[in-house]
Amino acid sequence: MLIWQILIDGFAISSLYALGATGFTLIFGVTGVLNLSHGAIMVAAAVAAWAASGNFGAGAYLAAAFGVVVALLLALATYYLVVRRLQLSRAVREEEKEIFILTATLLWGIMIQEAIAWLFTNNAKTVLPIVDGVVTILGVRTPANEIFTALVCWATIGGLWLFVNRTLAGKAVLAASMNPRGVTLLGIELSTVYVGVWAIYGALAGVAGVLLGMFLGVSSYSAGPLTASAFSIVVLGGLGSVSGSLIAAYVVGYLETLTAYLVSPAYRAIPALLLLVAVMYVRPRGLMGRR
Amino acid sequence: MARYEIAASRAAGLLGAASAALMLALASPAWSEDQGPIRIGVIAEAQAVAGSSIPQAAQIAADEINAKGGVDGRKIEIVSYDNHSSSAESVRAFQRAVNEDHVNAVIGSYISEVVLALEPWAGRLKTVFITPGAASDVITQNIAKDYEHNKYTFHGYLTSGALSGLVCDAAKDMLVDGLKMKTAVIMSEDAAWTTPLDAGYEACLPKIGLKVLDHIRFSPDTTDFTPIFNKIEGQKPDVIITGVSHVGVQPTVQWKSQQVPIPMFGIASQATNSTFWKDTNGATDGVVYQGVSGPGVAVTEKTLPFVDAFVKKFGNDPSYCGYTAYDDVYIIAEAIKRAGSLDSDKLVDAMEKTDYVGTIGRIEFLPQGDPHVHGLKTGQGFIAGLMLQWQNGKQINMWPAALANGKLEFPSFVKIASGGN
Repeated sequence: MLIWQILIDGFAISSLYALGATGFTLIFGVTGVLNLSHGAIMVAAAVAAWAASGNFGAGAYLAAAFGVVVALLLALATYYLVVRRLQLSRAVREEEKEIFILTATLLWGIMIQEAIAWLFTNNAKTVLPIVDGVVTILGVRTPANEIFTALVCWATIGGLWLFVNRTLAGKAVLAASMNPRGVTLLGIELSTVYVGVWAIYGALAGVAGVLLGMFLGVSSYSAGPLTASAFSIVVLGGLGSVSGSLIAAYVVGYLETLTAYLVSPAYRAIPALLLLVAVMYVRPRGLMGRR
Repeated sequence: MARYEIAASRAAGLLGAASAALMLALASPAWSEDQGPIRIGVIAEAQAVAGSSIPQAAQIAADEINAKGGVDGRKIEIVSYDNHSSSAESVRAFQRAVNEDHVNAVIGSYISEVVLALEPWAGRLKTVFITPGAASDVITQNIAKDYEHNKYTFHGYLTSGALSGLVCDAAKDMLVDGLKMKTAVIMSEDAAWTTPLDAGYEACLPKIGLKVLDHIRFSPDTTDFTPIFNKIEGQKPDVIITGVSHVGVQPTVQWKSQQVPIPMFGIASQATNSTFWKDTNGATDGVVYQGVSGPGVAVTEKTLPFVDAFVKKFGNDPSYCGYTAYDDVYIIAEAIKRAGSLDSDKLVDAMEKTDYVGTIGRIEFLPQGDPHVHGLKTGQGFIAGLMLQWQNGKQINMWPAALANGKLEFPSFVKIASGGN
């Protein structure tokens, strides 16, 4: 009974982690940017969806779509206003750009977070769920929303996989992650690929944020921990490796759920962090890392 | 007058050969005191729903007093500071308020950790300080332990010990006598204010006839409450007695989405906010929570006029500490009038003689010698509290019977185990 509970519960939360981490690792793999405003963008999506239904009476689907659009726009803003500016800047030395961009995205994330707190207070909000009610699976009373969350996460990740492997545009993205110079030699504009990847990233972060808002609820305080969790999953899985991130998401999700049920909810994050430290010692490139 | 001495010596140190005129101005507080307005510093969590009402309500009280001519002809000026819910920022704000902005008293914060950080500073800077919303019993215990140093602090809200007593009073009438309940699990967040609350619950619940099956304290940064509700459900209690303030939306929403069949009853500070229905998308339907006020409940004749003024000015209902912050400005103003001085020691004496009917009941501070000196007197005739329930988007008062305007109703997934209704 408890084992089913852990399996079902862990699956939903892990799927959500997987979706959040996929976008994060995609951006790093293709454009080389560690986007530390990730958590803030997810929170913005959830709060936007909440505001759309709470303040403007939008239905659940419309509100969710609005949240995703807000995340997409914010991701593009991150690229154009923060990342691109620094990449083109002549005031910053080439070898220092990476650390400048890292810091800038962190600050950008804090700005988004503070803006949310200022506009909508720092109290937690929840997004109007698209599906309501509970379903009993193997004797476990499971919110239908939890199943919905897992399904949407996998449909989104599946869609991304099809895009990367089955479409020409997707193959260009894949190529850009392997050899940016090669892509330009093939006559593909690299900056167009980057804009596209940031847009895809925004949509992924938006879907993850809205689902998190429906499933657990978010507040402006969640921004930091969400970035940290995506970051540690991605490092655990191997920076830039999508399949590594997916595996790591499930390892972290289940480790947390096991701890919460068998030890105490207060310690849920600790074993996953210890594992991360251990992996850093034994296998610094992560589970599936290439470098 | 220490602050003037500090200011004077600092000014002398900084300027070296300061002009005689400047020294004269700084060294003669009596002259400056007779002039300008009375300044009250307000340090609050402007970004939190609960805290944001504090400066707003204080401003309404100040405007009302000023419209009637102020205190002996002197206007009250509110100087507010956003502490971003941080103790460190609050301490800096307190220092700035006293040393640079020369406030005469400070109203501050609904977070116990913040108030406990400010309390020694009220003593060091000898400035009257009152909290409209924190609950830890340690605040008043510190005053009892070292009265001479800590007497500048007043506790303008109920202590956790008092809160647990009021919840038990209501639980006796509503749950034990009303619904024939017999067992409970305590669920509270791990914070300074809940330690005495939980101790109070553990002591008083068995006395009223509710056996405590388990006691779960969870971290305030918990996001997934599934394992907690799962564990509670396994113990089959008749009711969950809550102690939550920093969290609120998440456990409530998950209680509904997982259809936990056990009612929640107790302290849920965020449920006192009128926006809580919207924040939880209505998941709070059926949640029963303790409050000192509620929409449409005339606790005293001042309650509803204050709410009307607040809604008119800010467009939303005040949070629980809005009511107390509003009262606190009046209490300080009356104390200054009684003292006939802005001297902090004289002000403390005058504050101790407070007998004021405010928006949440009659306010008197517990006297020196009481283990909770400068805490509020509670019970019949003073502050008795209410027990409200969220029903269809509205906060309806259930208890005490004399002020009730509805009957308990739970959502269909909640099973009232001992079947009393």
